[in-house]
Amino acid sequence: MEVPILKQGLYLIASIQSALTDADLSQLREALIQRVGKFRARGVIVDVTALDVMDSFAVRTLRDIAHMARLRGAETVIVGIQPEVAFAMVQLGLTLKGVSTALDLEEGLAFLDRQAQERIERTRGRIIRG
Amino acid sequence: MAEELLVAITSDLDVVSARQKGRELAAVAGFSSGDQTVIAAAISEIARNILMYAKRGEISLRTVLNGDLDGLVVVARDQGPGIPDVTRALQDGYSTSGGLGLGLPGARRLMDDFDVVSAPGKGTTVTMKKWRRRHA
Repeated sequence: MEVPILKQGLYLIASIQSALTDADLSQLREALIQRVGKFRARGVIVDVTALDVMDSFAVRTLRDIAHMARLRGAETVIVGIQPEVAFAMVQLGLTLKGVSTALDLEEGLAFLDRQAQERIERTRGRIIRG
Repeated sequence: MAEELLVAITSDLDVVSARQKGRELAAVAGFSSGDQTVIAAAISEIARNILMYAKRGEISLRTVLNGDLDGLVVVARDQGPGIPDVTRALQDGYSTSGGLGLGLPGARRLMDDFDVVSAPGKGTTVTMKKWRRRHA
Protein backbone atom coordinates (compact mmCIF):
# COMPACT_ATOMS: atom_id res chain seq x y z
CA MET A 1 0.00 0.00 0.00
CA GLU A 2 1.40 3.35 -1.05
CA VAL A 3 1.92 5.91 1.71
CA PRO A 4 0.37 9.30 0.90
CA ILE A 5 2.86 12.17 0.99
CA LEU A 6 1.45 15.66 1.57
CA LYS A 7 3.25 18.89 0.94
CA GLN A 8 2.77 21.52 3.60
CA GLY A 9 4.78 24.67 2.99
CA LEU A 10 8.43 23.68 3.01
CA TYR A 11 7.69 20.32 4.59
CA LEU A 12 6.68 16.90 3.34
CA ILE A 13 4.43 14.81 5.54
CA ALA A 14 4.26 11.05 4.99
CA SER A 15 1.39 9.64 6.93
CA ILE A 16 1.52 5.87 7.25
CA GLN A 17 -2.03 4.53 7.28
CA SER A 18 -1.59 0.82 7.94
CA ALA A 19 0.93 -1.97 8.38
CA LEU A 20 3.61 -1.81 5.68
CA THR A 21 5.51 -4.52 3.89
CA ASP A 22 9.25 -4.23 3.29
CA ALA A 23 8.51 -3.29 -0.33
CA ASP A 24 6.10 -0.53 0.81
CA LEU A 25 8.78 0.87 3.12
CA SER A 26 11.40 0.88 0.36
CA GLN A 27 8.92 2.56 -1.97
CA LEU A 28 8.28 5.26 0.66
CA ARG A 29 12.03 5.87 0.96
CA GLU A 30 12.43 6.36 -2.81
CA ALA A 31 9.34 8.58 -3.07
CA LEU A 32 10.41 10.84 -0.19
CA ILE A 33 13.97 11.30 -1.37
CA GLN A 34 12.80 12.10 -4.87
CA ARG A 35 10.17 14.57 -3.64
CA VAL A 36 12.58 16.41 -1.35
CA GLY A 37 14.21 17.62 -4.56
CA LYS A 38 11.05 18.08 -6.57
CA PHE A 39 9.39 20.29 -3.95
CA ARG A 40 12.62 21.76 -2.56
CA ALA A 41 11.48 20.59 0.87
CA ARG A 42 13.42 21.61 4.00
CA GLY A 43 11.77 19.14 6.31
CA VAL A 44 10.25 15.66 6.25
CA ILE A 45 7.83 14.25 8.79
CA VAL A 46 7.11 10.53 8.84
CA ASP A 47 4.06 9.79 10.95
CA VAL A 48 4.24 6.18 12.17
CA THR A 49 1.26 6.34 14.54
CA ALA A 50 -0.53 3.59 12.59
CA LEU A 51 2.48 1.23 12.42
CA ASP A 52 1.69 -1.93 14.37
CA VAL A 53 5.30 -2.95 14.73
CA MET A 54 8.71 -1.43 14.10
CA ASP A 55 11.09 -4.23 13.37
CA SER A 56 14.70 -4.06 12.24
CA PHE A 57 13.81 -3.47 8.61
CA ALA A 58 11.40 -0.63 9.38
CA VAL A 59 13.93 1.06 11.66
CA ARG A 60 16.72 0.73 9.14
CA THR A 61 14.53 2.20 6.42
CA LEU A 62 13.48 5.17 8.57
CA ARG A 63 17.12 5.79 9.45
CA ASP A 64 18.04 5.65 5.76
CA ILE A 65 15.27 8.12 4.94
CA ALA A 66 16.55 10.57 7.56
CA HIS A 67 20.17 10.30 6.44
CA MET A 68 19.37 10.51 2.74
CA ALA A 69 17.03 13.47 3.23
CA ARG A 70 19.75 15.27 5.19
CA LEU A 71 22.15 14.74 2.31
CA ARG A 72 19.51 16.40 0.15
CA GLY A 73 19.18 19.35 2.52
CA ALA A 74 16.08 18.37 4.49
CA GLU A 75 15.69 17.49 8.18
CA THR A 76 13.58 14.46 9.05
CA VAL A 77 11.55 13.87 12.17
CA ILE A 78 9.76 10.63 13.00
CA VAL A 79 6.54 11.16 14.93
CA GLY A 80 3.95 8.97 16.61
CA ILE A 81 5.92 5.97 17.88
CA GLN A 82 3.40 4.25 20.15
CA PRO A 83 4.41 3.26 23.69
CA GLU A 84 4.15 -0.49 23.02
CA VAL A 85 6.14 -0.10 19.83
CA ALA A 86 8.84 1.87 21.67
CA PHE A 87 9.01 -0.87 24.30
CA ALA A 88 9.41 -3.63 21.71
CA MET A 89 12.03 -1.59 19.82
CA VAL A 90 14.18 -1.20 22.91
CA GLN A 91 13.89 -4.92 23.69
CA LEU A 92 14.91 -5.72 20.12
CA GLY A 93 17.94 -3.46 20.52
CA LEU A 94 16.73 -1.01 17.88
CA THR A 95 17.58 2.64 18.25
CA LEU A 96 16.99 5.55 15.94
CA LYS A 97 20.35 7.06 16.77
CA GLY A 98 21.00 10.22 14.79
CA VAL A 99 17.33 10.55 13.85
CA SER A 100 15.05 13.17 15.37
CA THR A 101 11.76 12.07 16.88
CA ALA A 102 8.76 13.90 18.28
CA LEU A 103 5.64 12.83 20.11
CA ASP A 104 3.13 13.64 17.40
CA LEU A 105 2.58 15.63 14.22
CA GLU A 106 2.12 18.91 16.09
CA GLU A 107 5.42 18.51 17.95
CA GLY A 108 7.11 17.39 14.75
CA LEU A 109 6.07 20.56 12.93
CA ALA A 110 7.18 22.70 15.88
CA PHE A 111 10.54 20.92 15.86
CA LEU A 112 11.09 21.61 12.15
CA ASP A 113 10.03 25.25 12.60
CA ARG A 114 12.58 25.65 15.41
CA GLN A 115 15.28 24.09 13.25
CA ALA A 116 14.47 26.47 10.40
CA GLN A 117 14.51 29.43 12.79
CA GLU A 118 17.90 28.44 14.15
CA ARG A 119 19.23 28.15 10.65
CA ILE A 120 18.08 31.69 9.88
CA GLU A 121 19.62 33.03 13.09
CA ARG A 122 22.92 31.34 12.39
CA THR A 123 23.00 32.87 8.93
CA ARG A 124 22.11 36.30 10.32
CA GLY A 125 24.82 36.04 12.96
CA ARG A 126 27.38 35.37 10.29
CA ILE A 127 26.24 38.34 8.24
CA ILE A 128 26.33 40.73 11.22
CA ARG A 129 29.74 39.54 12.33
CA GLY A 130 30.82 39.88 8.72
CA MET B 1 -7.30 -23.87 22.16
CA ALA B 2 -4.72 -26.35 20.89
CA GLU B 3 -5.44 -25.85 17.23
CA GLU B 4 -2.57 -24.66 15.14
CA LEU B 5 -2.55 -21.69 12.82
CA LEU B 6 -0.21 -22.05 9.86
CA VAL B 7 1.07 -19.13 7.81
CA ALA B 8 3.12 -19.86 4.71
CA ILE B 9 6.00 -17.41 4.27
CA THR B 10 6.86 -16.76 0.65
CA SER B 11 6.77 -12.96 0.34
CA ASP B 12 7.06 -9.81 2.43
CA LEU B 13 3.26 -9.67 2.49
CA ASP B 14 3.27 -12.95 4.43
CA VAL B 15 5.62 -11.41 7.01
CA VAL B 16 2.96 -8.79 7.76
CA SER B 17 0.22 -11.39 7.74
CA ALA B 18 2.13 -13.70 10.13
CA ARG B 19 2.76 -10.97 12.68
CA GLN B 20 -0.84 -9.76 12.48
CA LYS B 21 -2.17 -13.29 13.06
CA GLY B 22 0.27 -13.68 15.94
CA ARG B 23 -0.97 -10.48 17.47
CA GLU B 24 -4.62 -11.55 17.10
CA LEU B 25 -3.94 -14.91 18.71
CA ALA B 26 -2.03 -13.23 21.54
CA ALA B 27 -4.98 -10.90 22.10
CA VAL B 28 -7.42 -13.83 22.25
CA ALA B 29 -5.07 -15.59 24.69
CA GLY B 30 -5.26 -12.55 26.97
CA PHE B 31 -1.82 -11.01 26.47
CA SER B 32 -1.52 -7.27 27.14
CA SER B 33 -1.25 -4.95 24.16
CA GLY B 34 2.41 -4.44 25.06
CA ASP B 35 3.04 -8.19 24.91
CA GLN B 36 1.05 -8.43 21.68
CA THR B 37 3.38 -5.91 20.07
CA VAL B 38 6.45 -7.69 21.44
CA ILE B 39 5.21 -11.01 20.02
CA ALA B 40 4.39 -9.40 16.67
CA ALA B 41 7.87 -7.84 16.49
CA ALA B 42 9.54 -11.19 17.23
CA ILE B 43 7.45 -12.92 14.56
CA SER B 44 8.34 -10.18 12.08
CA GLU B 45 12.06 -10.75 12.65
CA ILE B 46 12.03 -14.52 12.30
CA ALA B 47 9.61 -14.45 9.36
CA ARG B 48 11.94 -12.07 7.55
CA ASN B 49 14.84 -14.40 8.36
CA ILE B 50 12.97 -17.18 6.55
CA LEU B 51 12.56 -14.97 3.47
CA MET B 52 16.16 -13.78 3.53
CA TYR B 53 17.90 -17.09 4.04
CA ALA B 54 15.51 -19.81 2.90
CA LYS B 55 13.19 -17.91 0.51
CA ARG B 56 10.22 -19.88 1.82
CA GLY B 57 8.97 -21.59 4.91
CA GLU B 58 6.13 -21.48 7.37
CA ILE B 59 5.18 -20.12 10.75
CA SER B 60 2.93 -22.01 13.08
CA LEU B 61 1.09 -20.31 15.91
CA ARG B 62 -0.71 -21.93 18.81
CA THR B 63 -1.58 -21.42 22.44
CA VAL B 64 -0.63 -23.82 25.23
CA LEU B 65 -1.37 -24.25 28.91
CA ASN B 66 1.28 -24.97 31.50
CA GLY B 67 0.01 -25.04 35.08
CA ASP B 68 -1.22 -21.55 35.78
CA LEU B 69 0.56 -20.14 32.75
CA ASP B 70 -0.92 -19.42 29.34
CA GLY B 71 1.57 -19.54 26.54
CA LEU B 72 1.81 -18.57 22.92
CA VAL B 73 4.09 -20.77 20.86
CA VAL B 74 5.58 -19.64 17.57
CA VAL B 75 7.44 -22.13 15.42
CA ALA B 76 9.25 -20.98 12.29
CA ARG B 77 10.34 -23.75 9.94
CA ASP B 78 12.23 -23.70 6.68
CA GLN B 79 14.15 -26.10 4.48
CA GLY B 80 16.78 -23.49 3.67
CA PRO B 81 20.57 -23.70 3.87
CA GLY B 82 20.55 -23.91 7.67
CA ILE B 83 22.79 -22.08 10.12
CA PRO B 84 26.38 -23.38 10.35
CA ASP B 85 27.03 -21.78 13.74
CA VAL B 86 23.87 -21.24 15.80
CA THR B 87 25.73 -19.83 18.80
CA ARG B 88 27.26 -17.17 16.63
CA ALA B 89 23.98 -16.42 14.86
CA LEU B 90 22.51 -15.63 18.27
CA GLN B 91 25.11 -12.97 18.93
CA ASP B 92 24.15 -9.34 18.46
CA GLY B 93 25.43 -7.77 15.30
CA TYR B 94 26.33 -11.02 13.60
CA SER B 95 24.77 -11.21 10.18
CA THR B 96 25.58 -13.00 6.96
CA SER B 97 22.90 -11.15 5.02
CA GLY B 98 24.11 -7.59 5.36
CA GLY B 99 21.21 -6.92 7.72
CA LEU B 100 21.46 -5.43 11.17
CA GLY B 101 22.17 -8.81 12.71
CA LEU B 102 19.33 -8.29 15.13
CA GLY B 103 16.90 -10.89 13.83
CA LEU B 104 17.59 -13.92 15.99
CA PRO B 105 19.15 -12.26 19.07
CA GLY B 106 16.48 -9.55 18.99
CA ALA B 107 13.64 -12.05 18.80
CA ARG B 108 15.24 -14.04 21.62
CA ARG B 109 15.24 -10.95 23.85
CA LEU B 110 11.58 -10.33 23.09
CA MET B 111 10.39 -13.82 23.99
CA ASP B 112 10.60 -15.91 27.17
CA ASP B 113 11.75 -19.21 25.66
CA PHE B 114 13.81 -19.45 22.53
CA ASP B 115 15.25 -22.45 20.80
CA VAL B 116 16.98 -22.90 17.45
CA VAL B 117 17.57 -26.24 15.76
CA SER B 118 19.57 -26.02 12.58
CA ALA B 119 22.28 -27.71 10.60
CA PRO B 120 23.81 -26.93 7.22
CA GLY B 121 21.59 -28.30 4.46
CA LYS B 122 18.92 -29.37 6.92
CA GLY B 123 16.92 -26.17 7.30
CA THR B 124 16.14 -24.23 10.43
CA THR B 125 13.45 -24.48 13.08
CA VAL B 126 13.03 -21.67 15.57
CA THR B 127 10.66 -22.28 18.47
CA MET B 128 9.80 -19.35 20.71
CA LYS B 129 7.30 -18.91 23.51
CA LYS B 130 5.79 -16.12 25.51
CA TRP B 131 4.08 -16.81 28.83
CA ARG B 132 1.55 -15.00 30.94
CA ARG B 133 0.18 -15.82 34.37
CA ARG B 134 -3.48 -16.71 34.25
CA HIS B 135 -5.59 -14.71 36.63
CA ALA B 136 -8.02 -16.78 38.65
